Amino acid sequence: MRFIALFIILLVFWLLITFSLTLANIVVGAVAALIGALLFGKYFVHNLYKFGQPKRYYWFVIYLGIFIWEVLKANFDVAYRVIHPAMPIKPGIVRVPLEVKSEIARTMLANSITMTPGTITVDIIGDDIFVHWIYVKSDKPEEYAREVSGRFEKYIKKIFE
Amino acid sequence: MVSTIIITIGIAFNFLGCLGLIRFPDVYNRLQSATKCVTLGTCSILLGVLVHYGFVEVGVKALIAIPLLFFAATVGAHALVRGSHIAGIKLGDKSVKDDYKEVEK
Repeated sequence: MRFIALFIILLVFWLLITFSLTLANIVVGAVAALIGALLFGKYFVHNLYKFGQPKRYYWFVIYLGIFIWEVLKANFDVAYRVIHPAMPIKPGIVRVPLEVKSEIARTMLANSITMTPGTITVDIIGDDIFVHWIYVKSDKPEEYAREVSGRFEKYIKKIFE
Repeated sequence: MVSTIIITIGIAFNFLGCLGLIRFPDVYNRLQSATKCVTLGTCSILLGVLVHYGFVEVGVKALIAIPLLFFAATVGAHALVRGSHIAGIKLGDKSVKDDYKEVEK
């Protein structure tokens, strides 16, 4: 099942990116998608029935809106620090506990964290995520989670778990 | 007209990202500006292309390139940061803490 789902996604992607529906193109795309599906199928999501639950798409759209807003904020924040003559940065690597458990949810959360205000995911060890933060706001480790991942975690949970 | 504005904003953000690449003190902060500003800048340029051409071949390809760029940038930044830390590159002078050092073998 997983292989077939991944195969279809890859083929659709190929057709969109080449944007032609000739037979030769579809055959080449099918072969490429087959190789891709065989190589990476085992890393694909495990619970395919989740694709059929409309509620998850609803949350995904809401999440996308929040995410784009956060990305815009992140960019103005970093741009401000770049332009400011005194460069107001206070960087450090902090440890933030994770609530989400499944691998795909963790991947998406890590990607979201990387794209938002001054944070880059360094590593995930056990149940902790390590984040490089351009401006460590407080000294209390309990507050990191709210600042770094709190905005996304509840939506990611609803979408992927 | 709209597409020109969006593309101009994109180029401005790309410029700021490159400026940050020069100004920031260490590899970690430089990656911050390189991933965030440059990704948004390039996404804006691609969106501008979509607005300019509409949903024809070029526009759809530009739209498809956005998620690709997004995942490539985030995963690349993560790999570079982790690699630099494992290779023993120290955080800059202004850094306040490093929790990762203690758990890393």
